Amino acid sequence: MRSRKAFKALPTIILLVAAAYMLFPILWVVMASTKTTGELFSTFSLAPGTGFIDNLVSLSTFEGGKFWMWSLNSLIYSGGGALLSTLVSAMAGYALARFVFRGRNVLFTVLFAGVLLPGITLAIPQYFLVAAAGISNTHWAVLLPSIISPFGVYLATIYAQGAVPADTMEAARIDGASELRIFRSVALPMMVPGLVTVFMLQFIGIWNNFLLPFMMLSDESKFPLTTGLYLLVNRGTGTPALYTYAIMGALLATIPLVILMVVLQRYWKLDLLSGGLKG
Amino acid sequence: MTTTTAPTRRRSIQPKFAPWLFLSPAIVLFVAFLILPMAYAIYLSFVALRVNGGAFGVRQLTFVGFDNYVAAITDPELLAGLGRLLHFGLLSVPITLGGALLLALLLDVPGVRLARFSRISIFLPYAVPGVVATLLWGFMYLPSTSPFNWMLKAVGLPAVDFLGPQGVFGALANIAVWSGLGFNMIILYTALRSIPLEIYEAAQLDGASEWQIAWRIKIPLLTPALLLTFIFSLLGTLQAYSEPMTLKSMSDSISSSFFPLMKVYRDAFALDDTSGAAAMSVILALGTLVVSVLLLRVLQRRTFEQS
Repeated sequence: MRSRKAFKALPTIILLVAAAYMLFPILWVVMASTKTTGELFSTFSLAPGTGFIDNLVSLSTFEGGKFWMWSLNSLIYSGGGALLSTLVSAMAGYALARFVFRGRNVLFTVLFAGVLLPGITLAIPQYFLVAAAGISNTHWAVLLPSIISPFGVYLATIYAQGAVPADTMEAARIDGASELRIFRSVALPMMVPGLVTVFMLQFIGIWNNFLLPFMMLSDESKFPLTTGLYLLVNRGTGTPALYTYAIMGALLATIPLVILMVVLQRYWKLDLLSGGLKG
Repeated sequence: MTTTTAPTRRRSIQPKFAPWLFLSPAIVLFVAFLILPMAYAIYLSFVALRVNGGAFGVRQLTFVGFDNYVAAITDPELLAGLGRLLHFGLLSVPITLGGALLLALLLDVPGVRLARFSRISIFLPYAVPGVVATLLWGFMYLPSTSPFNWMLKAVGLPAVDFLGPQGVFGALANIAVWSGLGFNMIILYTALRSIPLEIYEAAQLDGASEWQIAWRIKIPLLTPALLLTFIFSLLGTLQAYSEPMTLKSMSDSISSSFFPLMKVYRDAFALDDTSGAAAMSVILALGTLVVSVLLLRVLQRRTFEQS
């Protein structure tokens, strides 16, 4: 009944205008990345320049290839953090959704309060505790706090409730499978579609995180892209040449995630987010 | 490693240890990185370095009751920061949520073309880090590199001071809208898609227009999802940090205590006032928690009434 409707012009135009607004800064950074420092300040923003290769080379060789180090660090923090976070969330969500035990409701309530707590306000005490443990200014200082995500556990719980039938677990138990094996071979595969969403939300969340690495790290070679680029703009106030580095860096930091989003968007199960609160 | 249940004829025999084993990594990390820091922040907020034992006494941590809290809520700098945050939030949150709702409803209109392209494009900025988003917009605000001012100049209009004391709120709100609108739109859109089609069919048979369907049926059914996006926006607004910090290096209108969180971190690290900063963190965290819980109460009552 809703398909095969007449073409609706006004809604289509409004949506395309919104899309143009969203794409405009991306177009701008693509154009700006082709400009030399001189062109950046003298030619019209959306006109292409002549310095793309030079900019790429100078950014790549900036302080011995620091930019690529930051990119690698971002990949380690986001990839490693998101993977571990998804696993921890999957195990916890599975336990909360499919087992009946004392303290389950209390745990779920505490966890839910964790979702609503603005985590960023915890960064100061987190820093002191991490420093007391002697791991500040190491990769662990950024990686470990990124692994626990109350929201990830919450989503995994909601998904496991719908995706893992209690009967199948019961059957596996009767067959004599160990609990670990039931989780690994029965529950985990059933939870994969939901876990992809948890992984991507965590990956993007860690990739975009600024405050945590900003506080935990003083060694520039351990920075992820966000703090690294911040460093470039911050210094750029005195040296306009650094602006072209920052622009090229912004482009290179954006493109991989944009591609990832477009490729993986069909695997997102974002109805998890909206459906979640009804349960 | 784990408990193995012996084959049994009775159903629903569940091992006692298994759930705790699966939960243990999450619990350990939750305690280490959420509960302990919270407890530590609360402890810090009740102590301060005070000189004890006369003029030659040493400075040591002393329990000071609510002194830090009193100092925080009477600190004009914090109040000014909260005022600026409110100014920013009153611009960014309604535009983000209103825009997200409008675009989600439009995506759901039958007969819209290129909907997939629009949907993905609008969602795209979600993957762009706040620092990078601020960089992109920041350069477009800077008088020397702004394409908008270039165009204004070309048609003989005066340049806009995006980074001036007034313009900077709009500048920051625009970055927040750009970054957050798509994510909220997707949440609302997926919620719309989960509404059974039969609900509309009855209305269509009664001759209701798309507008009436949107206003009378879709928006009321979206209330839970709208509240969810509102809570996310509230949390996001309070936690605005990387955007003003990055824009600060491009604009003189942003001070190091512009937003409450910027002040918290400056006080803690640049000024070494961890106790005062801890008290402010606790106030901000509790404030957000209370508002979120109240909103969720409303949400639960609504969903309860509907079902």
